[in-house]
Amino acid sequence: MTDLAIELEGVSKAYRFFALNDVSLTLPCGQIMGLVGPNGAGKSTLIRILMSLIHQDRGQVRVLGRSMPEEQVAAKWQIGYVSEDMRLYGYGTLGWHMRFVASIYPSWDAPYAQTLLKRFNLRTEQQIKSLSHGERAKATLLLMLARRPRLLLLDEPTTGLDPVARHEMLVELMDVLRDERRAILFSSHNTQDVEQISDQITFIDRGRIIDSSDKETFIEHWRRLKLEVPGGFTLPSFAGVVDVSQSGHIATVTTNAYSDELVRAYGNAGATVHEVQRMTLEEIFVANVMASRKERAS
Amino acid sequence: MHSYVTISQADRRPMYLQIIEQIRRRIAVGDWKAGDELPSIRALAISTQVSVITVKRAYLELEREGVIVTRQGKASFVAEQVDLSSQLRREELDQHLAAAAQIGRELALTAEELIERMRAQMTEGGEKS
Repeated sequence: MTDLAIELEGVSKAYRFFALNDVSLTLPCGQIMGLVGPNGAGKSTLIRILMSLIHQDRGQVRVLGRSMPEEQVAAKWQIGYVSEDMRLYGYGTLGWHMRFVASIYPSWDAPYAQTLLKRFNLRTEQQIKSLSHGERAKATLLLMLARRPRLLLLDEPTTGLDPVARHEMLVELMDVLRDERRAILFSSHNTQDVEQISDQITFIDRGRIIDSSDKETFIEHWRRLKLEVPGGFTLPSFAGVVDVSQSGHIATVTTNAYSDELVRAYGNAGATVHEVQRMTLEEIFVANVMASRKERAS
Repeated sequence: MHSYVTISQADRRPMYLQIIEQIRRRIAVGDWKAGDELPSIRALAISTQVSVITVKRAYLELEREGVIVTRQGKASFVAEQVDLSSQLRREELDQHLAAAAQIGRELALTAEELIERMRAQMTEGGEKS
């Protein structure tokens, strides 16, 4: 028995122009993890490894307690995977697709599928090629949700959706978590979606995990300090300070280890702390990526 | 299911603080009375579309303040001793006022100027709600 939905240990995968490097991650059941990274960071590669669509060169991958890729057949009954490049049959109706998926997966929940049709405002007689982008995304999600998989792997599920469709999707994702044995991993550029529904947040850049923690810890530990510095004075460097930018008498300090002591330390060093600002997840993400790139370049 | 709490993206305070404030208000206006059971953390998270961990944080904070109590396991209730919570809230307010006074001194403001600024804040806050 395990209560981890996802367990990655030292996972690497090398391509000619890109490498996923030594990735270790865990996601407990009952939680949502948001995977955030710039384009080409390795988000899709990571999700495809979890789904065994590609196989890691090195490292251990366990999904719902199953070792991947060896036990992928057993695991996949319980995984729902949705990605942007997933294609449905253009000439098939939504109803045809529903019967097709239901014929494969015994876990198909027909009443729930009907509920989702209503909530998403879709009809079974609609041909896929007549659907808008948002409707197609919702149809794909419906086909996956109605199987009631325990683990949802979603690659950019909200990209290109209008605000209403995005809201509908987030509502359904949260609803999945009524069952504490289920879990969701989703990647997104939209830090607002991630900040709202994720319990765990993982930042990835250039094939490496640069930070991973629960959301509240992220939000609590990052701060921007606005300081006034006496003329000709260089700010001392303290642990947990990620960036300092100074112009004239005003300095902005970004930290990932905020505490009252840090404020006092700057005060004792002769600077006046004028303001301590919280940061949005987007600001934290950008600061994190820039700091990690600077560190790797030095 | 209707929502007990609404999160505003335009509100710059973190989401757990928004949840805390709205639960306090529910109790203050008498919607939730002493001894009433609160929605479970997971149920509130789902109805608000906010992560479980954020709601958990809000409940822990409310528990620390004595506004709610959590009995064995999972169910949380509005505390019987509401006075205790207002006491803690007053202490918290005093801390913020002390910090404001400190900044006031740094900016060489007189007590009157500081009070005037406080009055402006109160008016602004009143218009918002």
